[in-house]
Amino acid sequence: MPERGAAEGARAGARGPGARGPGTWLAGFGLLTAALIALPHFLSFSQQEIAVFLVINVLLVVSYRLLTLTGEWSLGHVVIMGVGGYASAIFSKALGVPVPLAMLAGATTAAAVAFLLAFPLFRMKGFYFLIGSFAAGEVIRLLWKRFRIPFGGPKGLKLIPSVPDLELGALTIDFFEPVSYYYLCLIVVSISVFILYRIERSRIGLTFHAVHWQDHLAESIGVSTWRYRTLAFVIASFFAGLSGALLAHYIGTVNPNRFDVGEMVFVLIWAIVGGTATIYGPILGVVVLTIINEVVLRQLGFDQMRPLFYGAILIASILFLPQGLESLVGKARAAWTGRGGSAG
Amino acid sequence: MTELLLQTLVNGVYAASYMALIAVGFVLIFGVMGVINFAHGELYMAGAYAVVFVYAEQEFPFFVAVAAGAIFVGLIGLLMERALFRPLRDNPLGGLIVSIGFLLILQTLAVLGFGVRMEHIPPPTQQTLNVFGIEGVILPLQRLYVIVATVLLLGGLWAFLRRSKFGVALRACAQDPEAAALQGISINQAARTAMFIGAALAGVAGALTAPLVRTHPFMGHPVIITAFIIIIVGGIGSLEGAVVAAVLYAMVHTFVTTFFDGVIADIVGLLLMLLVLVIRPTGLFGIGDRA
Repeated sequence: MPERGAAEGARAGARGPGARGPGTWLAGFGLLTAALIALPHFLSFSQQEIAVFLVINVLLVVSYRLLTLTGEWSLGHVVIMGVGGYASAIFSKALGVPVPLAMLAGATTAAAVAFLLAFPLFRMKGFYFLIGSFAAGEVIRLLWKRFRIPFGGPKGLKLIPSVPDLELGALTIDFFEPVSYYYLCLIVVSISVFILYRIERSRIGLTFHAVHWQDHLAESIGVSTWRYRTLAFVIASFFAGLSGALLAHYIGTVNPNRFDVGEMVFVLIWAIVGGTATIYGPILGVVVLTIINEVVLRQLGFDQMRPLFYGAILIASILFLPQGLESLVGKARAAWTGRGGSAG
Repeated sequence: MTELLLQTLVNGVYAASYMALIAVGFVLIFGVMGVINFAHGELYMAGAYAVVFVYAEQEFPFFVAVAAGAIFVGLIGLLMERALFRPLRDNPLGGLIVSIGFLLILQTLAVLGFGVRMEHIPPPTQQTLNVFGIEGVILPLQRLYVIVATVLLLGGLWAFLRRSKFGVALRACAQDPEAAALQGISINQAARTAMFIGAALAGVAGALTAPLVRTHPFMGHPVIITAFIIIIVGGIGSLEGAVVAAVLYAMVHTFVTTFFDGVIADIVGLLLMLLVLVIRPTGLFGIGDRA
C-alpha cells in the first residue's frame, strides 16, 4: 500500500524530530478506547443520555467540517441531518424497512437531497452560499411543517421504531437502554469518523483543500471545482443524515423545530470554538462545550442563563482564540516536544 | 372581492413599511462595515421591549417610549461596533459569528428581564380609518403611525446620505473603505454612525409594531429571515434596492398569506430569494460583489 506509506511519512514529517514513535500513539489510542468504553458506567442516567447525544453530535460536526474543507460554510447542515432522520423514520415506520437498513437509506436520502441542492447552491460562493443554504434548509423545514402527510406537520413524526434487540447467544442487548445505544453510536460514529479521516487524507481530500485555497489554479489544471464541492457536500450530508437517523431512532420522534436554525447555530459554534484545521478540532469543540453546558452550568443551576454563557463563550473564543481550541493542542504539543528536546 | 383585494393591499403597505425599516438598517450596517449582523432581529426585539418597559410598565406616552427605544437600541448598536465588530474588521465570518453570540445574550437578557411569556401591549389608539372611503377597507391608526414614521425616517435618511457631507463620507466608506480613509474620512466614525442608525431603525420598527404583534424574546427570528430575503432580492448593499424589495416581498407575502396560508407564503418568499440567488446573485439593484 504505497499510498498509505506516503501519508504516514507525510505525517511523521509534519510532526518533526520530537515526534514519538507508533508505540506512544497506540498506547494513547488504547487509553482513549478504554476511557470511552468505561465512560457510561461513571455517569448518571441523564448524563448517559447526554453522552448518546454527544456521540451523535460528534458525527454531525465532523461531517460538517468536511464541507468546510472546500471553503463553504453551510447553514443547512442540521436540516440535512433532519432529512436523514425523517427519511429513516418514514422508511421504518410507514414502509416497514428494518431499522438498520432504514438508517442507511435515510443517510442515502440525505445525500441525494444534497446532490439535488448542489445544482442551485453551488452556483454561489461564500456569503451567497451561506444565505442560499439557509434558504434551501428553511424551505425543507417548512415543507415538513406544512405537509401532515407524510411528515406529520408541526408536531412531526412520533413512535418511530427503535433499534431491535440484539440476541448474542444468551446475551440480549436492549438498545432502549442509553448505555447500549451509546455503544452502538460509538461504533457507528467511530467507523464514520475514520472514513471521513481517510477521505480527507486521500487524493480527493487534498483536492478539497486545493478547491478551497486555490480554486482558480485548481480549475486551470482541469479540476472541476463544482464537482468537488458537490462531492464534499454529498459525503458530508450522507454522514449528517446518518447522525439524524441515529437520533430519530433513539428519541423516537422528529419534528421541524428540532432541526431549526437555532440548532444550526450550535453546530457552527462547536466547529468555530474547536477549530476546523484538524479533524479533532470540532470534536474538541463539541465535547468541551457540551461538558460546560450540560454538566458545569447545569450543576451551578444557571438553567435560564445557559444561552448567555454560550454566547459569551462564542464571542470570547472568536476574539481571543481565533484559531480554536485545537490551536491549544498544537501549542501544548510544541511545549512538550520542546521540553523533551532540551532534556534529551 | 374588490374589498378583500384592497384590504390586502393596505395590509401589504403596512408590512412593507416595517420590513423596509428593518432591511434598510441591515443593509446600511452591511454596506459600511461589511458585517452580516445576525443579531438584527434581536435589535428589533429590544426595541419592542423598550416599549413594554417604558410605555406599558412605566406608563410614559407611547411616542416617548418609541424615541427611548430608538436611542436605547442605537446605543446597543454602538456597543456592538466597539466591542465586537471593530476588533474583527478584517474577518467577515468572525463578525457574523460574534453577532450570533450577541443574539444569544440579548435573547437571554430578555428572558431574564421579562420572562418567556408573550406580552400583549394595549395599542395607544384603537381608532381605525376607512381607506379609499370604502366601509370594508380599514386601516388601524396604529398601523398608519408605522407607515408615516417609515416614510419620514427613510426620507430623512435618504436626504442625510445624499445631501450632507457626512452622508457622502458614509457612502464613500461603503464603496471603498481604503480609498475613503485616504481621503481623510474616519472609518471608525463612519462605522459608528452606520451602526447607530442601522440599529436604531430596527429598534424603531420593533417599538412601533410592539402593540400590533405579540412581544416575546424570540420574536426576532422570523425578522432576520425576512431581512435576508429582502437584501438578497434587493441586492446586497443597495438601500434603494432594500426599499423596493421590501415592498415587493411584503406584497407577495401578504397576498399569499391571505389567499393561501402563512407557511406557503414563507416558502414562496424563500423560493423567490433562491431564484434571485441563482439567476441574478447581485439582486435587482446590486452593483458589485462585496461578499
